[in-house]
Amino acid sequence: MAMNLKEIEKLIKESIPDALVEIQDLAGDGNHYSATISSSEFIGKSKIEQHKIVYASLKGKMGNELHALAIKTKEKDGSTN
Amino acid sequence: MDQQIKELIDNEINNNEVCLFMKGTPDAPQCGFSMAVSNILKILEVKFKGINVLENEQLRLGIKEYSEWPTIPQLYIKKEFVGGCDIVKEMYENGELNKVLEDKKIVFKK
Repeated sequence: MAMNLKEIEKLIKESIPDALVEIQDLAGDGNHYSATISSSEFIGKSKIEQHKIVYASLKGKMGNELHALAIKTKEKDGSTN
Repeated sequence: MDQQIKELIDNEINNNEVCLFMKGTPDAPQCGFSMAVSNILKILEVKFKGINVLENEQLRLGIKEYSEWPTIPQLYIKKEFVGGCDIVKEMYENGELNKVLEDKKIVFKK
């Protein structure tokens, strides 16, 4: 089962309002995505915690409908990166 | 989670300094993400135990609950959950993984 790109972006933005989300459909098959998410919510959190916030926003879809979503998180505060 | 599965996971994590819960085996990974992490450990010549979750459906579900992490692979170093494929890859690329291995006194190729 596949999920579309807009749907993924919508779910992430609903949970992380200030998120900048960039999603790529890696294989063009609606099943393998790569997402880069920047948010101030990530500041001061470990990578594991940051990714967990993203997984939580996807409401259980990760690992189910969504098999392949590579995630990269960035802290958005202007001073890093 | 089933008590037996929890014990099985505890046992693997306690008895193997570096263990990777993965789909397939280090010699024959069955998912690109599992292969990527397994290959990184091989490149670094880290001795690790690969645990094939595809051989046990309860384990495949249980490990996700155990770590509160929805995907596989999952890498544990000295009982600590380090991350899945994206995090491990990023840590390998920026040198953080070497630092973790060093801090935890795991033998690897520098």
